[in-house]
Amino acid sequence: MHPNWHIGLYVLVQGSSYPVQTVINLIFLLLSAHADMELAHKHGYHNDVPMHDIAIVGGGMVGMALACSLASMPLTKQLNVAIIDSNPALLNENSIKKEDPPDPRVSTVTPATIALFKDVGAWKYVEKHRHAYFDKMQVWDYTGLGYTRYNARDINKEVLGCVVENKVLHRSLLSCIQNAAFQQKIYSCRLSSMTLQPSSSSSPRGSSAKLELSDGNSLYAKLVVGADGSKSRVKELAGISTTGWKYSQNAIICTVEHMEESRCAWQRFLPNGPIALLPIGDRFSNIVWTMNPEESSDRKSMSEVDFLKEVNRALDNGYGPHPKSQLFGGSAAFSWLTIDKSLSANDCFEIPPKVTKLASDRMVFPLSLKHANSYALKRTVLIGDAAHTVHPLAGQGVNMGFGDAFCLAKVIAEGVAVGSDIGEVSLLRRYESERKPANMTMMAILDGFQKAYSVDFGPLNVLRAAAFQGAQYISPLKRTIISYASGEQRFPLFS
Amino acid sequence: MVRKHLITRLRNLTRPASHLHSHCPNFLQTRRHFSDAPPPPASALPPPPPASNVHSKSSLNQTELNKFASIADTWWDAEGPFKPLHVMNPTRLAFIRSTLCRHFRKDPHCTRPFEGLKFVDVGCGGGILSEPLARMGATVTGIDAVEKNIKIAHLHAELDPITSSIDYCCTTAEKLVEEQRKFDAVIALEVIEHVAEPAEFCKSLSALTDSGGAILISTINRSMRAYATAIIMAEYVLHWLPKGTHEWSSFLTPEELVLILQRSSVSVQEMAGFVYNPLTGRWSLSDDIGVNFIAYGTKNNE
Ligand SMILES: Cc1cc2nc3c(=O)[nH]c(=O)nc-3n(C[C@H](O)[C@H](O)[C@H](O)COP(=O)(O)OP(=O)(O)OC[C@H]3O[C@@H](n4cnc5c(N)ncnc54)[C@H](O)[C@@H]3O)c2cc1C
Ligand SMILES: C[S@@+](CC[C@H](N)C(=O)[O-])C[C@H]1O[C@@H](n2cnc3c(N)ncnc32)[C@H](O)[C@@H]1O
Repeated sequence: MHPNWHIGLYVLVQGSSYPVQTVINLIFLLLSAHADMELAHKHGYHNDVPMHDIAIVGGGMVGMALACSLASMPLTKQLNVAIIDSNPALLNENSIKKEDPPDPRVSTVTPATIALFKDVGAWKYVEKHRHAYFDKMQVWDYTGLGYTRYNARDINKEVLGCVVENKVLHRSLLSCIQNAAFQQKIYSCRLSSMTLQPSSSSSPRGSSAKLELSDGNSLYAKLVVGADGSKSRVKELAGISTTGWKYSQNAIICTVEHMEESRCAWQRFLPNGPIALLPIGDRFSNIVWTMNPEESSDRKSMSEVDFLKEVNRALDNGYGPHPKSQLFGGSAAFSWLTIDKSLSANDCFEIPPKVTKLASDRMVFPLSLKHANSYALKRTVLIGDAAHTVHPLAGQGVNMGFGDAFCLAKVIAEGVAVGSDIGEVSLLRRYESERKPANMTMMAILDGFQKAYSVDFGPLNVLRAAAFQGAQYISPLKRTIISYASGEQRFPLFS
Repeated sequence: MVRKHLITRLRNLTRPASHLHSHCPNFLQTRRHFSDAPPPPASALPPPPPASNVHSKSSLNQTELNKFASIADTWWDAEGPFKPLHVMNPTRLAFIRSTLCRHFRKDPHCTRPFEGLKFVDVGCGGGILSEPLARMGATVTGIDAVEKNIKIAHLHAELDPITSSIDYCCTTAEKLVEEQRKFDAVIALEVIEHVAEPAEFCKSLSALTDSGGAILISTINRSMRAYATAIIMAEYVLHWLPKGTHEWSSFLTPEELVLILQRSSVSVQEMAGFVYNPLTGRWSLSDDIGVNFIAYGTKNNE
């Protein structure tokens, strides 16, 4: 139990030297208003330095999601928000053409993210562009020992997720803000430095952070949101440390074309890492293929024909045979598992569609995992990749970021409702305590997956396969896994 | 007393800053000097001198005031002695927001629902409550009997253009009554247990309330459970404070509060308790008024 607060107040008085100090303080009080003006000159403040409630540093997908969410709520839409990013996509209105082949930078958004986008009114803009829902997912293993298929109807959903190009998500959020009556100002430059506690103790800006921009301008904000990606300048300037590591693995991403349209997301685990084929609409799919660095440089530079051959081998019967359905079903070794066959009876193993054409450049990037040790300090808060970077294995990176953005907007609204200073650390900690456990659980799962599949060792392969078979046949567990991957549940491991 | 008047008068005098500049150049120098130095430590300041000219109806309880004066520097330290007030703040403000939005028929979804309303925060301390009320749009007057609290409150409010409009004044509720001031809402949170005459104090609060206005009072219950949780835990189990520093008998039960408010022509409309969840470290509103509680009342038409 917590003791009542009164206790803290009953400290006995032990003081002395009263008059001098009091007179000085009195003078201090009386003159503060005037002296502030004096100070303003001394410190080079000018009244034309703009003052904002919130400065969002980084107008990527996550920063824009925060702005959008703030614009959508009655309590926050009156806030005066600055968005700082030199990315020209924030300014020019060049439209996205539906005929163009899809960009290789895509995100798999979960039903939870879709619901949040609908809430703020941004999903209708996504629907105007290319987007592809999928309702099935097949995950299997090159050893041929196991596979599992997830189906939306197993969790009573229409879809398991939707694959959308990052530029479409970004543009939709931007359109959504532009069509809301929202006081945002876009500063088309980068943040270069920031002072969280401007020197003067009683300036009218004393409760704001001062931001210096790359074009020499500056501005004040009560709250600075670092949405500036994995190399966050805000994180660096605020002195927030990170924990993380690099995997000695790279991912190749690209867009491909195949024979027939599909509504299934495919992922196969190979000796050096997984390959995923995500339908992005029409007959296009996105490929995310994890491998060791030497392989990635080879496969980036090889001819298109050779690359496609490798892709098809990786998705079909290269490295090992197709798994047979129900290899472990009912076997004595796993008799302790509760088997629910009715759920998965129709889910036979399928071979993914054959890839016929490369439709974009091949991009290579290294995999890493990075987590900020703190998300919130006084006047500073981190969201999205600035707070956590994960490899794209389960396409969770940006979903975690969207989760952050919407949660932070909600916490800010709660603060505004009760007249809090929105830069107050006790308020921002509420955001942290909601998001940190959720993100860390997700990171642990992804890291676990990563570790389990980056080792090619016989007994482990069998265990892995057993885990797959388990996931295939034990419906409650399977439901939990899917609902976690689709952003429905918070703590699958503890519930 | 003289000093308090002096402050008020001087403050009014000094409103146009240039006027001051020409008349008191040496004051300015002192101010500049101190703007570069850290604020003086708490111990450097003893309590204000005993108020010898207190008349019988005064709400002042000097022993209590001395306690507050001694820790005034820590008002805005969220981890300091006033931590419980900081932690409780969002919860009690949520109660105030919801009752007063209903009372004054204001849109609860609006950022500044109290725009155009005059509130007085009696016993404002360092302004922990006054500042959020100002951000919610109210025109706030904050009063406290301890001069040092008012000074801290004023300096802190100056940091933010929105809160710098708060009118802080070192005075008492009964003095404002003498000056015939009226407010739309009169708020005194965690004060009544520190005053000399709770019933008289309530009469003053009532007199400050405009007809059709609202009154909000929060305090700690004189219940066995409040005693157990608050005192035993803090004084004996956690050893936070020297034993025996609580003035137990000065606490009011909810029934007593309702009664004395009634006698001051205030009808209590709603009451809520605050409960602390040690797991989340947060307070929430509840029907349980056994330990800490808040009451919202309306002034009866005379
Ligand atoms: C190649 C690649 C493929 C990926 N594939 C997937 C996937 O399939 N699924 C998935 O869910 N996730 C994927 N991710 C992760 C996903 O892209 C990120 O999680 C997501 O982009 C994070 O968004 P963000 O807004 O937090 O950061 P970013 O998208 O990195 O945006 C940061 C923004 O901040 C701006 N900025 C940076 N520094 C400053 C500064 N000093 N001042 C002002 N502005 C600044 C930048 O211009 C940029 O606009 C992938 C990541 C990469 C790199
Ligand atoms: C526990 S604090 C509460 C502060 C503030 N109302 C809050 O809840 O955050 C009590 C305050 O009441 C002031 N006080 C006590 N007796 C008073 C009186 N008779 N008149 C005015 N203020 C008084 C004290 O100086 C102290 O600042």
